[in-house]
Amino acid sequence: MEAPEDGEEDEREALKRHLRAERQKRKKRLLEQSSIQKSRDADDVKDVTSIQQYSADEGPSEKADDSVVLSKSRTGSQKGLTSRTQHTHHLDDFVKRRLEEKLKAARSKGESLQDKEASLEFPSRLHSLRDRDTVTRFDREADADRAGRRDSPPPLSTRVRFREAARQVGKGLPTAEEAFNFFTLNFDPDPPDVIETSSRRRQKQRKTTDEDEEHEDVDEDIQEENETQSEEAPLVQTQEDLFVIDQSPQDFLEIRKAEYVGYQKLLQLQSELLFTPSFRTVPTSIKLPENMKPRYLEDEGLYVGERPPVSLTNENILENRILKMEEGKKWFGDDGRIIALPNPIKESSTRPPLFHMEEALDPALQTVYRKAVKSKYANLYIAGAADPEGDYQLDVDVSGLIFSHHPLFSREHILGARLAQLYDQYLTRQRNNLTGHLTDKLNGLRNALRNMLESHSGLNPTQALQQRISEYNLEVRNTRHLRDSEQEKDRTLLKNIVKVWKEIKALREFQKFTNTPYKLYLRRENVDRVSDEQDYEDEILAEVVELEAETEEEYQNKLAEYKKRLEEWKLCRKKQKAKKKKQKKKKKGQAQDDTEGEDEEQDVSESEGPTDEPPPKPEPPERPDLGSIEQWVREKALRIRRKPGEAILIPELSASANITASELCPRAEKARREDVARRSLFTKILYNDKEVSRTDSRSLNTDFRVHFGQIFNLKIVNCPQSISLQVFEEIGSSCSLLAQVFLPVPEPSVVTGSVPLEEFEFSSNQRVMFDHEGVGSDVPLSFEADGSNKQSLLTSGKVSCCVSWGIGDDDVPLAPPISQQPGGVHSGKGHLDAVSYIGASGLYDMKKIGEWAKQSRLDPNDPKNASIMQLLKVASSGEVTAPEYFRLEHLQEEFNFVTDEELEKSGRFRLLKLRNQEVAEFRNYKFIPALEREVTDTVFQEYEKRLKEGEVIDTKEHLDSHRALVAKYLQKIRESVINRFLLAKHHYLLSDLVTEEEIPTIGGAGPGILGINLFKLAEPKRPLKPQRKERKKVTAQNLSDGDIKLLVNIIRAYDIPVRRLQSNKPGQTSHSALQGSIGLPDQIQVRPFVEVSFQRTVLQTATADGPNPCWNEELQLPFSAPNGDYSTASLQSVKDEVFINIFDEVVHETVMNDKNRGKSIQTHIEKRWLGSVKIPFSTIYSQSKIEGTFKVNTPAVLLGYSKEKSHFTNSGFDILRSLSEGTFITLFITVDPQLVPGESVREKFDTQEDERLLQASERFERDAAQRYPDRPCITTVIDLSGKTVFITRYIRPLSPPKELLDEFPNNPLEATPLVARFVSLIPSLPDQVSLSATCDLWSTCDQFLTLLAGDEEEHAVLLCNYFLSLGKKAWLIIGTAIPEGPTAYVLTLEQNLYLIWNPSSGQFYGQYDTFCPLQAVGCLVNADNVWFNIQQYTSPMRVSFDITKANLWKPFFSRTFSHPGLSSIQPEELVYRRTDRAAAAELQDRIERILKEKIMEWRPRQPTRWNRYCTTTLKQFLPKLELIRGQDVAEGHRHELQSLLGDYRISGFPLNLVFSEIRPIIEAVYSTGIHSVQASNVEFALAVYVHPYPNNVMSVWIYLASLVLT
Amino acid sequence: MAASNPSVFLLTVNGHIEGANFPEYDNLYCKYCFVYGHDWAPTTGLEEGITQIASKSSQASHRLIWNFPLGTTFKSTNPSGWPQLVVSVYGPDVFGNDVVRGYGATHIPFTPGQHTKTIPMFVPEPTWRLQKFTGWLTGRRPEYTDPKVVAQGEGREVTRVHSQGFVSVSFLIMTKDMKKMDYETGPSGPANKASATSG
Repeated sequence: MEAPEDGEEDEREALKRHLRAERQKRKKRLLEQSSIQKSRDADDVKDVTSIQQYSADEGPSEKADDSVVLSKSRTGSQKGLTSRTQHTHHLDDFVKRRLEEKLKAARSKGESLQDKEASLEFPSRLHSLRDRDTVTRFDREADADRAGRRDSPPPLSTRVRFREAARQVGKGLPTAEEAFNFFTLNFDPDPPDVIETSSRRRQKQRKTTDEDEEHEDVDEDIQEENETQSEEAPLVQTQEDLFVIDQSPQDFLEIRKAEYVGYQKLLQLQSELLFTPSFRTVPTSIKLPENMKPRYLEDEGLYVGERPPVSLTNENILENRILKMEEGKKWFGDDGRIIALPNPIKESSTRPPLFHMEEALDPALQTVYRKAVKSKYANLYIAGAADPEGDYQLDVDVSGLIFSHHPLFSREHILGARLAQLYDQYLTRQRNNLTGHLTDKLNGLRNALRNMLESHSGLNPTQALQQRISEYNLEVRNTRHLRDSEQEKDRTLLKNIVKVWKEIKALREFQKFTNTPYKLYLRRENVDRVSDEQDYEDEILAEVVELEAETEEEYQNKLAEYKKRLEEWKLCRKKQKAKKKKQKKKKKGQAQDDTEGEDEEQDVSESEGPTDEPPPKPEPPERPDLGSIEQWVREKALRIRRKPGEAILIPELSASANITASELCPRAEKARREDVARRSLFTKILYNDKEVSRTDSRSLNTDFRVHFGQIFNLKIVNCPQSISLQVFEEIGSSCSLLAQVFLPVPEPSVVTGSVPLEEFEFSSNQRVMFDHEGVGSDVPLSFEADGSNKQSLLTSGKVSCCVSWGIGDDDVPLAPPISQQPGGVHSGKGHLDAVSYIGASGLYDMKKIGEWAKQSRLDPNDPKNASIMQLLKVASSGEVTAPEYFRLEHLQEEFNFVTDEELEKSGRFRLLKLRNQEVAEFRNYKFIPALEREVTDTVFQEYEKRLKEGEVIDTKEHLDSHRALVAKYLQKIRESVINRFLLAKHHYLLSDLVTEEEIPTIGGAGPGILGINLFKLAEPKRPLKPQRKERKKVTAQNLSDGDIKLLVNIIRAYDIPVRRLQSNKPGQTSHSALQGSIGLPDQIQVRPFVEVSFQRTVLQTATADGPNPCWNEELQLPFSAPNGDYSTASLQSVKDEVFINIFDEVVHETVMNDKNRGKSIQTHIEKRWLGSVKIPFSTIYSQSKIEGTFKVNTPAVLLGYSKEKSHFTNSGFDILRSLSEGTFITLFITVDPQLVPGESVREKFDTQEDERLLQASERFERDAAQRYPDRPCITTVIDLSGKTVFITRYIRPLSPPKELLDEFPNNPLEATPLVARFVSLIPSLPDQVSLSATCDLWSTCDQFLTLLAGDEEEHAVLLCNYFLSLGKKAWLIIGTAIPEGPTAYVLTLEQNLYLIWNPSSGQFYGQYDTFCPLQAVGCLVNADNVWFNIQQYTSPMRVSFDITKANLWKPFFSRTFSHPGLSSIQPEELVYRRTDRAAAAELQDRIERILKEKIMEWRPRQPTRWNRYCTTTLKQFLPKLELIRGQDVAEGHRHELQSLLGDYRISGFPLNLVFSEIRPIIEAVYSTGIHSVQASNVEFALAVYVHPYPNNVMSVWIYLASLVLT
Repeated sequence: MAASNPSVFLLTVNGHIEGANFPEYDNLYCKYCFVYGHDWAPTTGLEEGITQIASKSSQASHRLIWNFPLGTTFKSTNPSGWPQLVVSVYGPDVFGNDVVRGYGATHIPFTPGQHTKTIPMFVPEPTWRLQKFTGWLTGRRPEYTDPKVVAQGEGREVTRVHSQGFVSVSFLIMTKDMKKMDYETGPSGPANKASATSG
């Protein structure tokens, strides 16, 4: 190109480039907007054409250029494919301009085109190029353009060339060359097209510039061009219509607002395009062709393979999708499901098994066995090491290093080291003093032997003695040998030391300098020559004697042997001779003449020789030369022993010699020393093969000792596997490993501070040679002058260090527990230790120790073994029995400060012990005296008496003795139960300790969630119908006397007997009574009040009027627990009862006539007992409240009173008629504060029941409790021995006493109440009272009858069993009743009527009886099954007792779980004892006597008169009453009494009581208050009748009456 | 009682409940009582007491000061059941309800001399969160049925507590006749003062 224009062109080019870039940027923006509207086709055409042109004119320009451009563009196209479309448009313009230029040039040179064209060889190639791929070429060009602009000048220059050409054309100065370049292009195919398009472009351009003046800054070129082209403008304009017709300005450029499509619309648009298959199952009908029913091949019996598992959702999606398609239905099979091949996955592997045929198997398939690699130290963490407390610390103390050989040792060093080593050895030996020790032993043995011989000198030595002597001899010999060898060693050692020292000295002298500080002194210790010689001689003599004896013995032995042998030999010979002779004889006999005797003899001897040769004649042993022995001994002594009189040499090694200073040393030595100084050493500490620390580097001293003195505390997490030290030597900056020393992992007992430094040897076999004095390592060297006796020394040395476990702040060793140490931990000092021999546990086993001592031949004289020997002596003195306990136990006695006997004897300790055991008498004993003498024996009296009572049974009286027996038995059971529950008692619950408000409930009672209760704040303070609220429960433990009050709220009573008018005429009374009750309402019928007595506190209500009074009064009675013990157990065993007595207040007015004062009226208020209710405290305690209407226990006969006729009408069963007769009282009783009843014992009892049954029963009860929490459900109970028993086992028909049945032989129905009465007469004793723990024990009927005490369950079971034996249908009802709470009743079915029996009272009720005390029915039990009530109601009135209905009663044993045939635990038959009538009579008298005394006692102020006549009369009534079981016979009584005692106002009643003890009877009498009649002229009558029933069941009747003379 | 041959020994506890450190609470009062074994009996002095309500000082220390004197003499025959001082601190919560702020107990020091004890205090935790909330709302937080529970070991395993605050008590202890009854309580004198002080 033209060189001079270069600079100018460059400038221009830069400007152009800039402008173009700007323009393009702008264009890009514009075009991007309009590009969418533009028709692509048109563009394409244009582009193609333009490119054709461009390529056409480019091609010929230069071949090389072209190829460059092409290659460039190709690479560019690959880069910029994505952004191509944007560039097409501005490229268009660009190309267009160029085309215009070219066009001009073409025109100017038009004429010369044709002739030149022919001569060109390019066109064909250009054509092919053009044809090949125009579009891609365009693309490439576009990119080439950009690429060129970016980085490559070649295409630019070509372009520049075109421009240049164009300009020159414009100026009219084209060069020939340019022209040629241009016109080698082949426009020829379609020049007009080009013109058209170009003009069109121009048009377009103009328009755009007009419109928005965006093109203002278009190239000057364009301006230029436009001007130059003006002549053609008309042409274009004429064609305007033609070209622009389909191209609105928008095609090129359009500005619009960004379009926003609303989300909803977008969704809508999307929904038109998108299809989301639903998850829902497609109904089969859709999937099948119309009117086709799905056909299930499987149902038709055809085999259908298992479909591959596809999740239902996916299948649904797939189906929905398929259905959307046309012809979707063909994918569905007849059954409406997608056609699917059976699951291709086979159940079992189908791959042929590989047989072990080596040749057949492809080597690639060969199994390669690799040993499992245990990842080292992984998972070897010490347990607990992770937490902060469990850190373990290993202290590694690296103290120093001593080389016993080092390459840099000089010869002197070697000798020095040797000397030091020998000296060390010497010191060790000296310390151990083995020689002296052995000498002592030898002397001892000799003495012992001598003694033995002397003591037995006169006697013939026994066999045993000889044995012992020979043993001793042997021992002496052995010891001597040992001693000799030791002595020899000592001697040699000493000699060696001296020798080495001499060598050192020689060497020092030879080399004229000193390298080592060693200096050996030999201290001479002079000895007393005479005594020494004496000893020496003695020793030799003794030895000689011994040796002589030995040799003699040996000789004798040998001689004996010889003799024996000789004998044998002789015998042999004899035999041979005899044989020979025989043979001779034979031979002679056989052939006397023909053979020669000698020959034969020879033959025989020859023939026999090999077989029967006689043993060689034994040589007689030589007589030992005794003289030589002494010689030998002396020689030996000389060799191994100090000469007599010679001074004892004691070597002493010191390091006091001066080392020659380096300056004075020869060169080689200097070099060595310098080398030494350069070296330094350090050690690395490797824990589990990992470097954990390293010591400082210390330089090597001239004495080849390195002192580190560093302690490393390793906090470890991993179990220690190995600890090692690596000794490194450093020369300058390079360091090399000298040696590795492995340290043992210490035992956990090895802790810092308690272990001395140990020395560990190390060595290295590295060969090191020096050219200086250093001897090197592994290099042979000799100290001899002649170079013989070469030895090669290896680098070796000792590291002194120790490893131990660290100690924490609190002196706790920071060592992991021993169990976690993996095996392979070796203690460094085990071999001598007995512990390692027999194991630690064996140390406590004397036998093992003995064995060990024997085996290891412990030397008894060795002080080290002294303790063991002593122990063995002690052990062997007695019998060696292996104790099975820890040996320290012996020492335990030493810890006891007094002996056990003394402890027993001491009253104080006994007291303390008993109190600790919580024995009742001492549980709260205060102030046990500090001194023994202050403990009085009286303290124990009561306790001992109680203990004695347990054994001695009072047999004075039959009845009481039986009771006593029973009481003892109960006591025993109680004790066993208490022991069983003692632990449970000490279990606390959170509520025992912490009081926490329960979260207020949403309405209703009971605990619940916060809610409506908040509204309670707004409630009226005094609501019209107040309801009882739950109170806070208080645990009993922190209560004291007076804290607890019994609240008795007496509300009302019904049907109280009314007074009968007193009249003298018997006939009238009944009449007037009738009148009084009905006809005379104004007359006071009765003025009842209620008196509550509890624990001798008596409170009473106000007096009300009438037979149906309403008191509504609350009485508070204080409660005090026995012994002030308010524990739950103690409260439960409170036997006190609450007596609620109804009295009639009778006012008598007596008119007194006094002459002086006139008339005065004296008013007596008398109370008459009408009836009572008694409720045991234990019931109140366990129920926490008792509420309801109770039947008042009214006496059968109330003298002076009559019942108001009841207004109830009863229907049906005639027995029921009298049911609702009686007095009732409504009560509410509770304890304030509410005491927490004892928790039932949380304990599982052992059992003999089947586990499956127990599980079923547990499930049954749990289900019941869940669904009906308020219904009691019992399936298993605990029997007296504390075992769980299934409840149905208790039910078994048992016949009642014959006497009862005999009374009504014809009518078993009549016997029923009698049986019930019998059962009810057995005293009731709640389990809680007897056993002081909340645990329901069920005794069997025979136990019950023996004990004569039990609670409702026992009564009910017995009654039920009796009823069953009477042929009735009977069940046990487990339910709740008042006042007992959870209890058991009996249900019978009689004449389609259900009767409910109260077993404790003998009363029965109809199902629909309002006053039936049974409140809820939980379940029914008979021998076969248990039914749980799943009806809506529990009240017996509303319950249907038809147990066959499964929807009402849920049976325990059903079809699924049938009755396993449980056998009954009841006895087959009950044995009854007839009660002694005489005894009953005696009891009767006793009771009468006691009661009379008591009544008089209760009336201390007034005289108590007894009306005998009345008494006898009453006595006659009582048996009758028993006979009719207290049914109303009042009329008859009254008649009789009235007739007899007409003058008296009688009030009285009979009491019927169950006899258990005398105390309750007294209580009952007291509670009637009959003694409190204050009238002066009162008389009393008291009659007692005891009716005996079988088995000592007693019915006690007491008739009490007070008579007032009118 | 013969002086030479005593049958009981005496322990005199003087001192005072100095104050408390409850960073979160204010206006607290403290109840104290002694818990002792069967063989102990107080002879003179108050067995139980209740302090005034103390407010925090506005100064930096924020300590509650009660300075409530203790003065009780016990007699005993047996060192088992050595008396413990049980303190419980109460105060109003946000709503003005009186709630417990801490329980604590400490044994009366054995050795004669002056001792200062700092008793860490704790309160039982509600059983569950809702309980905690309602307790906070209603002002009925869980309390021990008996503060003396904190002096006994039995049954404590069922409770959960969280700690708050300290009460410091200083004791002046005198004993009589203990040595005569062969009970050694360690070296007495000023030397043990420091060692007997517990943190």
